[in-house]
This record gives sequence, C-alpha cells and structure tokens, in this order.
Amino acid sequence: MTQYLLRRVLIAIPSLLGISVILFTVLALAPGDPFEELATNPAIPPEVRQNLRASLGLDDPIYLRYFAWLGSMLQGDWGYSFISRIPVDDLILQRLPTTVAVIGASQVLALCIALPVGVMAATRPYSLFDQVANTLAFVGFSLPTFFTGLLLILLFSIHLDWLPFVYSTKIDATGLAWWWAQLKQSIMPIAVLGLFQGAAWTRFVRSAVLDVVRLDHVTTARAKGLPESRVTLRHVVRNAMIPVVTLVALQMPAVFGGAIVTEQIFRVPGIGSLLITSILSNDTPVIMAVTFVFAALVIFFNLVADILYGWLDPRISYR
Amino acid sequence: MSAATMAAAAPPPAAAAGPRLLEIAGLKVHFRTDDGWVRAVDGVDIGVDRGETLCVVGESGCGKTVTAMTILKLIAMPPGKIVAGSILWQGRDLVPLGPDQMRAIRAKEIGFVFQEPMTSLNPVYTVGEQIAEAVRQHEGLSRRAARDRAAEMLRLVNIPNPQRRVDDYPHQFSGGMRQRVMIAMALSCNPKLLIADEPTTALDVTIQAQILDLMQEMKERLGMAVLLITHAMGVVAETAQRVVVMYAGQVVEEAPVEALFGRPMHPYTQGLIRSIPRLDLAATEHRRLEAIPGTVPSLLNPPAGCRFAARCRHAIPACSAAPPPLREVTPGHLAACIRAEEIS
Ligand SMILES: Nc1ncnc2c1ncn2[C@@H]1O[C@H](COP(=O)(O)OP(=O)(O)OP(=O)(O)O)[C@@H](O)[C@H]1O
Ligand code: SF4
Ligand SMILES: [Mg+2]
Repeated sequence: MTQYLLRRVLIAIPSLLGISVILFTVLALAPGDPFEELATNPAIPPEVRQNLRASLGLDDPIYLRYFAWLGSMLQGDWGYSFISRIPVDDLILQRLPTTVAVIGASQVLALCIALPVGVMAATRPYSLFDQVANTLAFVGFSLPTFFTGLLLILLFSIHLDWLPFVYSTKIDATGLAWWWAQLKQSIMPIAVLGLFQGAAWTRFVRSAVLDVVRLDHVTTARAKGLPESRVTLRHVVRNAMIPVVTLVALQMPAVFGGAIVTEQIFRVPGIGSLLITSILSNDTPVIMAVTFVFAALVIFFNLVADILYGWLDPRISYR
Repeated sequence: MSAATMAAAAPPPAAAAGPRLLEIAGLKVHFRTDDGWVRAVDGVDIGVDRGETLCVVGESGCGKTVTAMTILKLIAMPPGKIVAGSILWQGRDLVPLGPDQMRAIRAKEIGFVFQEPMTSLNPVYTVGEQIAEAVRQHEGLSRRAARDRAAEMLRLVNIPNPQRRVDDYPHQFSGGMRQRVMIAMALSCNPKLLIADEPTTALDVTIQAQILDLMQEMKERLGMAVLLITHAMGVVAETAQRVVVMYAGQVVEEAPVEALFGRPMHPYTQGLIRSIPRLDLAATEHRRLEAIPGTVPSLLNPPAGCRFAARCRHAIPACSAAPPPLREVTPGHLAACIRAEEIS
C-alpha cells in the first residue's frame, strides 16, 4: 500500500510539470500584450518601453522564460499582477477560501443527495421512488447552472427579496449575525452547484449499484442469513463505491468549470472570478497562476481518488 | 467446533422417526417475463433424509438451481413467484415464512455452496471476514472468536497455513481453493443440510475430484445431509445414495443410486446413462457418445402430456394425452412414465 501511494505521488509530479509547460506555452503564444497600454501612450518613449520589457524578460525565448518562471515559483515567488501590482500568491490566497468553502459545501450537498437517493432507487428498481428520482435527476442534470442560478436569483432575490444576490466578503456583523448573513449569501450558489452535481451523481450511483446487486457474491451474502440492510451496505454499496469514486474524480475539472460559471452569476469573489477578470485584462501572471492552481487541484483530487480506490479495492494495491 | 462429537452423534437412518429433514411437495416456481410466465419449476417433489447424500441431475435449464435457491428463498421475487407447493423443513413449512424467519435458517440450518467460486466471494473483504460474518450473525461471537472460527474452518477444508490465509483476499486464491473457502463458509454454522449447486462445474477435472472428496469427508465428519446438484452422471455414481432426475421443471425419476443405474426406468434417465463417457469402451470400440436427440420443450408453454414425448423413442399416442404421474414402480423407485415397466 505504501509503495502504491508513493508511485501515485511520483506520477503526479510529471503531470503537473507537463501541465505547466503547456499552460506557459499557450499563454506566451496567445495574442494580447500587457504593454499595449504603454505602447499607445505617447508620453513614454520607445527606449523606456524596450528597457522595461527587457528587465521583465518578456523578449527572451519561451523556454528560458519558462525555466525562470518555474524557478521563482518553486521558491514561492509567484510574481506580481500586471494590473493591481499585488503579489499573485496573495491575490490567490485572498480568493481561495471563498471558493473552497462554496465548492466544498456544494459537493458535500451533492454527495448527501446522490448516495442515499441513488442507492434507494437502485435497490427498488422501477418502483415509484425510482421513477421520480430518475426523472428529477434527469431534469437537474439537463438544466445548466447559469439557467438555474438566474432562476433562483429572480425568485429569491428580486421577486421575494429574501436573499442577497451579490456575495460580499465584508459583512459588517459579528457572531451569529455574521454566520446568518454568510449563510444567506452562500445558500444559492451552493444549492445551484450542489443540486446539479447531485443530479449527475445520483445517476452514477444508481447505475453502479444496479451493476453490483445482481452479482453472485450478493446472493452469497444473503445465503449467510445477513439482514437485508447489511447486505446492501456491506456487499452492494461498498463495492459500488469503487466505480463511483473514479467517476467523481474524473468529474472534478467539470466541477471547477461549473464553479467558475456559478461564481460569475452570484458575483462570488472566488478564484474563478479572479481568473475571468485576469483573462479580460490580459494579466498573464495571474492567469498562469490561477490555471495552474486549478490544474494542481484536479491532480490532487485524482490522487485522492487513487488512494480511495486502492483502499476500497484490495485487488488494486497489490498490483 | 465439536466435529468429533457431531460425528459420534451420527444421525440414524431416516426411519419413521419424526418428519423428514426436508420435504418439498408439489413445488411450482414461475418467473414473469415479457413473453409470459416461465414455468421453471413445475410440480417438484424432493425429500432429503438426515445424513444422506441426494443428487439432483438433469440437463441445463431443467430447474435444478431454481429449486435449490427456492428452498432458502434466494430467488429474486419478483420476477420469481412460488405459485404452489410446500417446503417442509423438519416438518415446518418455509413457504409462508417472512424474511426474518428465513434469515435464521440460512447458513445456520441450511448451508449453500454456489457454482461459481470465482464470483461467489466478495472481492473487497478477506475470506476470514466473510466466513466470520456468518458466524457472528448466527452465533453472536466476538470479532476475535469469529476470526478464530474462520481459521479453524479453513483448516478443516484443508487450506494450508489457515492462520495466515484467513487474512487473504479472494483474488489471492485459486478457483479450487475458493470453492474450499465457500464450503468452509457454508459449514461454519454447523448446518444440518448442505446444498451444493454444481460445486465443481467451473473447476479443472483434477480439482473437481478433490472438491467432491472434501465434501464427502466433511459430510462424514459433521454428519449433515447433502443435496448435490450436478449434470454429470459420473459424479452421481460416485457420491449419491439417492438420485432425483429432473426434466423440464419436473421430477421424472427417483431411486436409490444402485437401482437407478441398475434398472433406469424413465427413457430420459436411460439416455443420460448411455451418454456417460466410458473410457474402457471408448478405447476399444471407438464408440461415440450417445447424446439424447432433440431439444428441451419451452417452459413458457410446455406440452400437455409427457414433456419428454418429443424426444422419446418409446413414445405412444397415450403419452401426449395427460401428464404421466410420478409413481412408485418398484419399492423406493419412482418414475413418471406410463411405460416404465415395459421398457426398463
Ligand atoms: N430470473 C429469471 N427469469 C426468467 N427465467 C428464469 C429466471 N431464472 C431462471 N429462469 C429459467 O428457469 C429455468 C431453470 O433454470 P435453472 O437455473 O434452475 O436451470 P438449471 O437446471 O440450474 O440449469 P444449469 O445446469 O444450466 O445450471 C431456465 O429455463 C431459466 O431460463
Ligand atoms: S410417458 Fe411416454 S413419452 Fe413420456 S417418457 Fe414414458 S414412454 Fe416416453
Ligand atoms: Mg444451475
């Protein structure tokens, strides 16, 4: 098991490096120049501009710039935003907690829906419960988050005026009131993301459980005289979790994509909206760092999935 | 485990003393499908006495597995349905019992070994955990005591290094070893009856003999009865005391093993016996295996009279008029053929 873990971690390093190379190259080749503004400003002579570019290393070949970037990034120096002049790592650390809280809570919500509903539906196939769950899951999965998000804003913020539709990081309240305000402003983004993912995962869980219930070892478990609840939990759900974990891990990039859209809709000042604003303003160091953080998160979740997988399926860790 | 004491208290031959261990009467199990009701088991009578080995033989699809699984109510209901009949376990009918009462009988009173050792164990738990689960369920043993019992059971079924192997996962065992584990699991609560559904079909020929020997040994040591399902007449000849022959969801013949091979009465049984490969004859006379011509009738809409008529070389018009009843032709020897006396 330790060996398996070590191998997984070692594989993650070249993946991260590869991703950083691709990201860096794409961004370096992308059109748009942060000095555009300076170039059109007649007050700045061309020599000054040239010196500035050289001092920032902007005219070096791509591979030199990449190594320079990698070197300083490994030393913890993530560079400065072209626009706000704030260190990139500070910018990201400011935004990350909000994103992690919103995405984290929505994923927990999604799992809390998908696991019980998927298992209940699969163990009672074609029952009324199964059909209702299936239909709702299909609807939830088909509605894009920007649509349900706007719908919720329209209903709860504009029509009923119960919930704020702009997420604020500066709530001037303390104690319980602060938590209450926090809850009120997070509930819609969390619900939108969570219900969407929950619908998708309900379908995964249901089909994974359906695949397991007809296996021979489930009959063996019944032949032992175990109660049906134990058969379901220990011999069906436990085994069905193996494919579910893989699917959930593979979904992580899509989850982050959905989170970016949701952050835009609800104006959540998270790392997703940081990415959008930095792209719009050609703020290359920020774009690079944020995409890299996303990539690292995706790889991290794959690692977690691999570990869970090795733990759930004893046949894996021995290979 | 008190294997020795159990063997000492070897069960007496089933005489008039009390009800039989298992008595299935008029059992009908049908399955609902898109095309209609499949009459998988259609009026089956099977009795098992204490301490005996009863073999159930018949071609693929004749309803052996459905019959066996129905005893423990392990068939899926729906689509399956027990349409008629009774399953008396020591005189008590299992058919009307609820799930909780059935659970008390599974593994504790009746152990079950399945056909596929490769898929019958859960890949994510150690074999020890899987055996211990049954023991803990029925005997309320502690985790540690149940593990010890599991290791003890592995030793009993001749798995080397049981103390170490008890913590191994199923994929670390070969097919034959897994079937030993299945047998250990089925016997872990000292059942009075072991049902084995083609326990050797999925195994290599050399391993098959070992597993059959093991079952024989277990039976002698633990003194339980065995209901062995097979489609191989060779296995029947080696292991059975009594034999039930099934055809298209019904019993066509039942007899002590010597009587069955000595004087088979039903043309289907005669065909089965002729189809046993005989090494001695095959070598000298180059005789080809005699298979029974024709195919099994549809269980969706079986023929009204004798279900074997279309394949029977002795068929006469009267055969198709009404279903031939299973009747005692000579003492202890039953056959469902109107011409049993003339043709045997
Ligand atoms: N769930 C089910 N739905 C519909 N038909 C079924 C179902 N289970 C079994 N049957 C039918 O019941 C009949 C008997 O099946 P069974 O498995 O008992 O045969 P068998 O004698 O054990 O054969 P084999 O030697 O192949 O194991 C078959 O025709 C099968 O198609
Ligand atoms: S009843 Fe008739 S058809 Fe059926 S087995 Fe006997 S002889 Fe053959
Ligand atoms: Mg079968």
